[in-house]
Amino acid sequence: MIKLKINGEERSVDVDADTPLLWVIRDEIGLTGTKFGCGQALCGACTVHMDGQAVRSCQTMVGDVGDAQIVTIEGLVGANATPEGKAVQAAWRALDVVQCGYCQSGQMMSAAALLAENKKPTDEDINAALDGNVCRCATYQRIRAAVHDAARRLEA
Amino acid sequence: MSIQDRIRGGAPLDMSRRGFLAIAGGAGVGLMVGLKPLPAEAEAAGGVVQFNPFVKVAPDGAITVVVKHLDMGQGPTTGLATLIAEEMDADWSQMRTEFAPADANLYANLVFKAQGTGGSTAMANSWEQYRTAGAAARAALVKAAADKWQVAQGEIVVDKGVLSHPSGKRGTYGEFAEAAAKLPAPIGAPQETPYKDAAKFKLIGKEGLHRIDNDPKTDGTAIYTQDVKLPGMLVAAVAHPPRFGGKVKSFDDSEARKVKGVEKVVQIPQGVAVLARNTWAAFKGRDALKVEWDDSGAEMRGSEQMLKEAREAVSKPGAAVATNKGAVAAGFEGAAKVVEAEYTFPYLAHAAMEPLNCVAQIKDGAVKLTFGSQFQSIDQPTAAAIAGVTPDKVTIETVWAGGSFGRRAVPTADYVAEAVAIAKASGGDAPVKLVWTRDDDTKGGYYRPFYAHRVRAAIGADGMPVAWEHRIAGQSIFAGTALEAMAVKDGVDETSVEGASNLAYAVPNLRVELTTLKAGVPVLWWRSVGHTHTAHVVETMIDELAHAAGKDPVEYRLALLKDKPRHLAALKLAAEKAGWAPGSKPEKGKGRGVAVHESFNTIVAEVVDVTITKDGGVKVDRVVAGVECGTVINPDVVRAQVEGGVGFGLGAALRNAITLEDGVVQQANFDTYEPLRMSDMPKVEVYTVPSDAKPTGIGEPGVPPLAPALANAIFSATGKRVRDLPLGDQKFTTA
Repeated sequence: MIKLKINGEERSVDVDADTPLLWVIRDEIGLTGTKFGCGQALCGACTVHMDGQAVRSCQTMVGDVGDAQIVTIEGLVGANATPEGKAVQAAWRALDVVQCGYCQSGQMMSAAALLAENKKPTDEDINAALDGNVCRCATYQRIRAAVHDAARRLEA
Repeated sequence: MSIQDRIRGGAPLDMSRRGFLAIAGGAGVGLMVGLKPLPAEAEAAGGVVQFNPFVKVAPDGAITVVVKHLDMGQGPTTGLATLIAEEMDADWSQMRTEFAPADANLYANLVFKAQGTGGSTAMANSWEQYRTAGAAARAALVKAAADKWQVAQGEIVVDKGVLSHPSGKRGTYGEFAEAAAKLPAPIGAPQETPYKDAAKFKLIGKEGLHRIDNDPKTDGTAIYTQDVKLPGMLVAAVAHPPRFGGKVKSFDDSEARKVKGVEKVVQIPQGVAVLARNTWAAFKGRDALKVEWDDSGAEMRGSEQMLKEAREAVSKPGAAVATNKGAVAAGFEGAAKVVEAEYTFPYLAHAAMEPLNCVAQIKDGAVKLTFGSQFQSIDQPTAAAIAGVTPDKVTIETVWAGGSFGRRAVPTADYVAEAVAIAKASGGDAPVKLVWTRDDDTKGGYYRPFYAHRVRAAIGADGMPVAWEHRIAGQSIFAGTALEAMAVKDGVDETSVEGASNLAYAVPNLRVELTTLKAGVPVLWWRSVGHTHTAHVVETMIDELAHAAGKDPVEYRLALLKDKPRHLAALKLAAEKAGWAPGSKPEKGKGRGVAVHESFNTIVAEVVDVTITKDGGVKVDRVVAGVECGTVINPDVVRAQVEGGVGFGLGAALRNAITLEDGVVQQANFDTYEPLRMSDMPKVEVYTVPSDAKPTGIGEPGVPPLAPALANAIFSATGKRVRDLPLGDQKFTTA
């Protein structure tokens, strides 16, 4: 059994240590907001926070997580939402960012991690932090605007 | 004739109120507008009353719109809910949506005459149908209130979902739903206009109405096929042949069966499937399979060879004639200048964010499918045939799709067939979720076909075009499918020539020829279909002619589009908003180009600004779009679709190609088929031409003008024409 701290709860899962965290989160724990897009850390749809850092859960083996706190989209914006999570979600809704929506959990996780470190990111900062998050609907312009909007909300 | 017309195979359906009633009545009992609800459903759903196939009202006043189209991001849930909310004078916050079941009698796309989503028809075909449905539900509810209050119906006002009467009486839809359901049909006077005049719109065309799917798509609760989990469900991964047309010769599954969680390994026509208790075990089991493939019937050519054959084909007269206007040969005689150019376009993958998947269960002689179904009228009978049941025994629950761009609507229902084949081969009655990896998705075929074009065009002494000979060669989307008979006429697949055969510019002598080439690689419509290549050729060639004539590219186009008021409006709008200055030369290192193209009955003009970077690369700075799409239902969704279309077209133009070597696809994941990324995304501005005409398509038309406007911008910066896509690694030097 492997113990995980996820969205503030402790969970035990009966999986091999080399199982990607993505599949533990989705198939074992049943949190499906974290998406499978490429399986090779090339698209960012599976982004979660590990001790506040945005990581690709498809390339993070569950045995390597240890004591780290994992936060998924459900934890970022749910009842125990982080300030960045709240701001990002509000901005995403205000600017109608989503289209198909499949990549957006990952986009929001990357955006929130950026804002936790950088209160006033520039366009270049946003490009650098989110360039690994693919959106085939190409909602990039709105994502960029929503990150700025979220930064303003956090400032207020 | 457009592709929509071809699919429909004749005159459009009568979309008047009578037409609607006839369709609604096709269900048989109780579903005509204003008639009684389905009693069982009303009871089972806690007093929810279904007024017609499209509108349900709950006791708490929630209005649920039954959405007959797949929402793959293009926004029909928001659009169709807007139509119902408008006619019911509802408050946006009381609107809910659910996807329709597979039932072509009730939920046919009125353009296709079959249940399916595509061709940018979702709003256009529903425009009158859904408003009629909303108006009918409203009429019934108002009548019920009038009866209860003992007042005239005409004195009741509905605003934001609240009914009120000057006497002070007030009530909600929820309060009157049950009483309204008991009214005899028909509701309202027959001579009454079934829906509002545009002048009375409170929601349609207005800013500020947020997407109805914002909440579930920003809190992780939206359920896509990938997220479906049913009791006892197994996850399946399939080893597919490395070449199209390959078959399993033999396989050894001993290692696969040792993987913890693997339950079964079965052979299916598509390959070898591993069924497991979870996704990771299915993938590991699949990777542990040892399969020998039989390539005797496989496509063994490389894509370079295919393109070479296409280029050879356009060097000769075409096998079929799509358009022949005037006398082209005579047109070239006495021409002042002749411009000739050849173009090539590669296979393209749709590469939606959600890799293909489908959940299938065969149990008690019935099939239950749960997935993002884009073409229910094909998916349903295909599943039935494989499972050995009649189509009425196949139910489809449609869920959100993480993109599609055409890939989920397949004439062979390939991935649906695969899921059902696995469920059948499993021998059990557990639900099976077929999951493709990214590699499976990239290598799985159903690409935008490869094409070569050759155009010879002449201008007269006045610089205006006098003759245009256009040869196209490539693979047909419809050939060999069940839809071939209705979609291919006289050797011409409309999707191979659309956008070229109906050249918008006034050219007196026009000939468009097609040679259809065969390849064992399955092909499919890819967001904007034939226009993905024809627009590039037409719009870069017209630019070459303008240059040859020494005229401004916008003014040249305007002169040739005199009889096309919608084209003129879109082009003028884009040029004005972009600040197009005729004859002005951009500063060194910068370029500006324009293109205008009609697709899916919508005209989009785009002005693209580029910078040639120090290392000779191309950076797109800004794209300004002018859009003529009839009535704008939701301005922000329209903008979003064109922004997305620009990004989709740009990613492909910059660097996407599926190539084959010895029949094997060379790309696998997003490193070798890299989509547009945030740092590539230009500033996009979208403007619409005011119109009160019927709405036309918007999901696709933003794509076609992007690549040619980009190519024309590169020409203006470098003097080099881009005739082969993608740009790839080629370097440019500024003029």
